[in-house]
Amino acid sequence: MIRNPVDKVIDTVVIVLIGLFALFCVVPMIHIFALSFSGNRAIMSGEVFLWPVDWNFHSYSAVFEDSSMMRSLALTVILVVVYTAVALVMTIMSAYALSRRNFTGRNVMFGLIVVTMFFNPGIIPNYLLIKELGLLDSPLSLILPLMVNAFLLIIMRTSFSGVPNELEDSAWIDGCGHFRFLLRVVLPLQLPILATIGLYSAVDRWNMFQDALFYINDKNLYPLQLKLYQMVINSQVNDATAQEGFNAATPIPQSIQSASIMFATVPILLVYPWLQKYFISGMLQGAVKG
Amino acid sequence: MQTEARRAGASLPVKRRNGMAGLKRQWPLYLLMLLPMTFFIVFKYIPMAGVVVAFKDYNIFQGIWASEWVGWDVFREIFGMPQFYKALRNTLMLNVFALLTFPIPIILAIMLNELRVRWYKRLSQTLLYLPHFISWVIVGGMVIQLLATNTGSVNEFIKSLGGRPIPFLEDTVLWILTYTGAGVWHYAGWGTILYLAALTSINKELYEAAEVDGASRLRRIWHITLPGIKPTIVVLFIIQIGHMANISFEQPYALQNGYVMDVAQVISTYVYTVGIQSAQFALATAVGLFQSVIGLILLLTAELISRKVNQQGIF
Repeated sequence: MIRNPVDKVIDTVVIVLIGLFALFCVVPMIHIFALSFSGNRAIMSGEVFLWPVDWNFHSYSAVFEDSSMMRSLALTVILVVVYTAVALVMTIMSAYALSRRNFTGRNVMFGLIVVTMFFNPGIIPNYLLIKELGLLDSPLSLILPLMVNAFLLIIMRTSFSGVPNELEDSAWIDGCGHFRFLLRVVLPLQLPILATIGLYSAVDRWNMFQDALFYINDKNLYPLQLKLYQMVINSQVNDATAQEGFNAATPIPQSIQSASIMFATVPILLVYPWLQKYFISGMLQGAVKG
Repeated sequence: MQTEARRAGASLPVKRRNGMAGLKRQWPLYLLMLLPMTFFIVFKYIPMAGVVVAFKDYNIFQGIWASEWVGWDVFREIFGMPQFYKALRNTLMLNVFALLTFPIPIILAIMLNELRVRWYKRLSQTLLYLPHFISWVIVGGMVIQLLATNTGSVNEFIKSLGGRPIPFLEDTVLWILTYTGAGVWHYAGWGTILYLAALTSINKELYEAAEVDGASRLRRIWHITLPGIKPTIVVLFIIQIGHMANISFEQPYALQNGYVMDVAQVISTYVYTVGIQSAQFALATAVGLFQSVIGLILLLTAELISRKVNQQGIF
């Protein structure tokens, strides 16, 4: 390819601009990371930028010693695991059935499901339902209302439709029913889409806090994100006064908050780079239909 | 036996497939749909019916159905409330600011497409997509850590240089910019994915031909790249317009604070405050219903426009 000077300038400009945006995306997180490991004095004097100053683990020991924090973590892990399993099973069942061409009534059912994507009755009717079902202050309120995501269901159904009809016909002739066909043929062929949907469900459950805010009053049942909300955002008013009487041994709120933020983000950071391609493929498959 | 039934079914006209053979083959599918359909009825359709609360004098002890009908009274009440208009105005305003950032993912995608160093492209994509997976609570926490007037790192830095701290989170105009910036941080990188996918489908020969004809790189971007992703741009723009009246709960709620409620109270957070915190269920349901109906109308209009412009619908 012929390279002229203008091309080189454009190349450089593009590299620099993309680099700047990439920094904009990660610098805040690296900074929080640096704060979480820094000493009180260094934080308060504004010396910390991208690397911890006066390395220490005070704030992390404070977070790990906080039993309510650990309880929230345990609860969240259980929630994520159970929710992902339930959501996957429910989505697989409906996606499989709705992807079968000779399924009488599938268009009606599919239509009923699509309608729910257009009209959202709002926060309060959902809240009243949870209340009537007696699920307020129950972890079930964080699982049951989200069991099937219509959008992810459509993605999975589209993918399942790609399994050739001939496979089903020959399986049927061999005396293999729907259940065996689904378990032995479809699912092994569809592992990537299962990974995609499972990951979306897990990350959503890990990150979401609004339903817990609405439905959970009992502090012992706070999932991690809601706990974090109370700690970091709701407490900002007290920060200024709390800082007046600090001593070197106890970490100041800022470093504890940074440590808590890292604590809730690290699992995502660990999972994300390896699974990036599944997330992207999910996004693209969703776009085809959605 | 099953095999025979299947063969018999196959040779019959299509209509007859719904007979005994069809049912025999289909019952597992109905079984599979049983729980998911129950889910949709209970958790999606019952709340839809629950919007009748907006037309009732809802009394917790009587329940939804026994409460008295009041017609449009509740709506008359909300249309007389200044806070309702303020929440509506803020919702539209914050969405307009978000709409102003609409070109950012397009520019990023075009630049990523022009990157020739493979590893650099890969690395930047990974970093650009990352913020999308960070929860709003954490984004809100980071915003406070960075931008708070007293303790935020940015202001510590300004103070150490002898400057005056900037009230990013307390000044209404600065808060709107902070909100919009946090939105860009969270969405812009991830938003490039659809454009990048559209870019890969542009015929490479077009670029080669243009180069032979002596078209400069910028001209190639203008005459080939942009027209190539134009349909994607149009569809995504229409979708965003269709969502003008809707606003998520988590982003504004995690970013708002007491100083800026004048511009930060949006419909979703207002419904939460009025409905769940103050238990004025009928009022809050009516506000939510108003938003849902406007949202539905906008979305269907967007769909119609998309069909006209693009010869294809969004959905």
